[in-house]
Amino acid sequence: MDLTTFLIQVLNALQYGLLLFLVASGLTLVFGIMGIINLAHGSFYMIGAYMAFVLTSMTGNLMLAIALGIPLAFALGALLEKLLFVHLYKRDHLEQVLLTYGLILIFEELRSLAVGDDVHGVAIPALFSASIPLSETLSYPVYRLVISAVCVVLAVGLYVLIQKTRLGMMIRAGSHDREMVQALGIDINRLYMIVFALGVALAALAGMLAAPVSSVYPGMGASVLIISFVIVVIGGVGSVWGALVAALVIGFADTFGKVLVPELAGLAVYLVMAAVLLWRPEGIFRKG
Amino acid sequence: MRKDLQARRAFVRTMVAVAMASLVPLGAAQAADPVKVGLMLPATGTFAALGTAISNAFRLYVEEQGGTLAGREIQYATVDDESDPAKATENANRLVVRDRVDVLVGTVHSGVALAMARVARQRDTLFIVPNAGAGDLTGSLCAPNLFRTSFTNWQPAYAMGQAALERGAKSAVTLTWNYAAGQEAVKGFAQAFEAGGGKVVRELALPFPNVEFQAYLTEIASLKPDAVYVFFAGAGAAKFVRDYAAAGLKDSIPLYSSGFLTDGTLEAMGGAGEGLITALHYADGLDNARDQAFREKYQAKYGIAPDVYAVQGYDAAQLLHVGLEAVGGDVRKKAEMRAAMRAATIDSPRGAFTLSAAHNPVQDIYLRRAEGNQNLVIGIAAEKLADPAEGCNM
Repeated sequence: MDLTTFLIQVLNALQYGLLLFLVASGLTLVFGIMGIINLAHGSFYMIGAYMAFVLTSMTGNLMLAIALGIPLAFALGALLEKLLFVHLYKRDHLEQVLLTYGLILIFEELRSLAVGDDVHGVAIPALFSASIPLSETLSYPVYRLVISAVCVVLAVGLYVLIQKTRLGMMIRAGSHDREMVQALGIDINRLYMIVFALGVALAALAGMLAAPVSSVYPGMGASVLIISFVIVVIGGVGSVWGALVAALVIGFADTFGKVLVPELAGLAVYLVMAAVLLWRPEGIFRKG
Repeated sequence: MRKDLQARRAFVRTMVAVAMASLVPLGAAQAADPVKVGLMLPATGTFAALGTAISNAFRLYVEEQGGTLAGREIQYATVDDESDPAKATENANRLVVRDRVDVLVGTVHSGVALAMARVARQRDTLFIVPNAGAGDLTGSLCAPNLFRTSFTNWQPAYAMGQAALERGAKSAVTLTWNYAAGQEAVKGFAQAFEAGGGKVVRELALPFPNVEFQAYLTEIASLKPDAVYVFFAGAGAAKFVRDYAAAGLKDSIPLYSSGFLTDGTLEAMGGAGEGLITALHYADGLDNARDQAFREKYQAKYGIAPDVYAVQGYDAAQLLHVGLEAVGGDVRKKAEMRAAMRAATIDSPRGAFTLSAAHNPVQDIYLRRAEGNQNLVIGIAAEKLADPAEGCNM
């Protein structure tokens, strides 16, 4: 592998890692901080992608679709929390798994009824549709770089939100000791509703941003669910930085696994996960 | 589980006996009895649209004949196979054992079809495969009662290998998911390509259904082959073609594939698929009256244009018709019926085809170019191509 190819592969790994962080960020909040095992995370990603498809074909513009889609997803998250998830905080993980698995089935069926089972494409906004030539045969699509930039902004934004703001302080406190936070006069129910809705909105945003590069198709949520859990677990449950680092580690493991040991490409990610967990059973960044 | 099945079987036998006893004299009923066709196709999941096309076209053919084949009414028993190999044996048994179908038709997913083949073999039930392209079905698992009206994964790939050579390629890189269909296709392509003096410089494979292609595109760009052959279908195909075009490779390195890459996915590719060259046993714009009539009737009845899957379903019904005609509708004459089917020439919308000794179509493979949402025929990549049927001793 010459240097140019190597550097391009590093770029591929970084870009894929950041995309994975975007996909897993919502789960970091809901699973990592609220402690809910949310198997429906992939469904929210799928809903985002289909919203991008439907809203883009209605408005003709992906950016407008995203601007409309985020509040819609937030509202969906708030509604689901009020109706369903609010009953789960004090129950054990099995019941959370059952409910969220049920949601996967319901959302897939609704998707099938509403949009059908065909594969659809979403157009990349004209502004970002160009490609930058990297070598004589290969160029890099600008849109992928834009996604990476959005991921970096989101990572910083989430970190600031959780670590530096009053809301973040309340969220962290709530994840440690619900009763005490309540006793201090904080409306914990409203707080959890906001966190959960934010998690859903992030998953949907990931789906909306990824739609132009991945297409939208039945079962697309399942493809991101497992990798999202892998990232949250490797990163250390509840840590935003941990999730970012883990996503990048996985991005590199996957890309270079495919290039260097193609026979084991499918295993590379899980071998890295096993190694990290042997080294640090609680993930790279332990919960403070 | 087994106990449950036995109980169910016993129950069915009792019910059948009761029903028979209450019927009018048996002999009279026999001739008027319908032929039971068991359709085991996906009605839900990723392949739902394909299963619907096959079922629609099969029924269309029977309706065209007035609802009867060789004087026997056709009655359907259906099961949604969900494209789930884990449920395949049980589902096939429901049709073959419980419903006692005379012929089993299915399915899209190769893993499911392999399980169906084993059930059909045990019970010696006539089995027609209207899609699944696994080589084994008419290879190591070939059987007197097993027929296929579609293709093997090897066939379009082999034809594409020859066509790639003719189009001037000397070196190629292949890329596919690491699963049976992809491996069989790549093997077919490499066989034809290397037999004609070309060289496959690298065989790349990624785990199914992974769609993160960027690392492979970088590899391809640094290897700079004359051509790239891929085997992808569905959503993965749409994503691959978009990524390939976005990486700037489409203009410098021609991309070739079996036709599934661009069947039903061109709209999702949003223009990135324009001009792609693929090989398949069916194409848009075939200049044949049979195809035009079929397309008009299908469109009029179901409101959408038929695709390759519909053609394969239609031909499954035609093949059954040939068999039934040969024995005057008496499905108990198994050997005669199968011999007639083996010798049949099917007047298919894709163009007439015959069957090989292993019961797989010997057919023309078309070369197609994607234009708009159509794969227009631009020539024949391989004439009357027969699968080598490795491992078949029949």
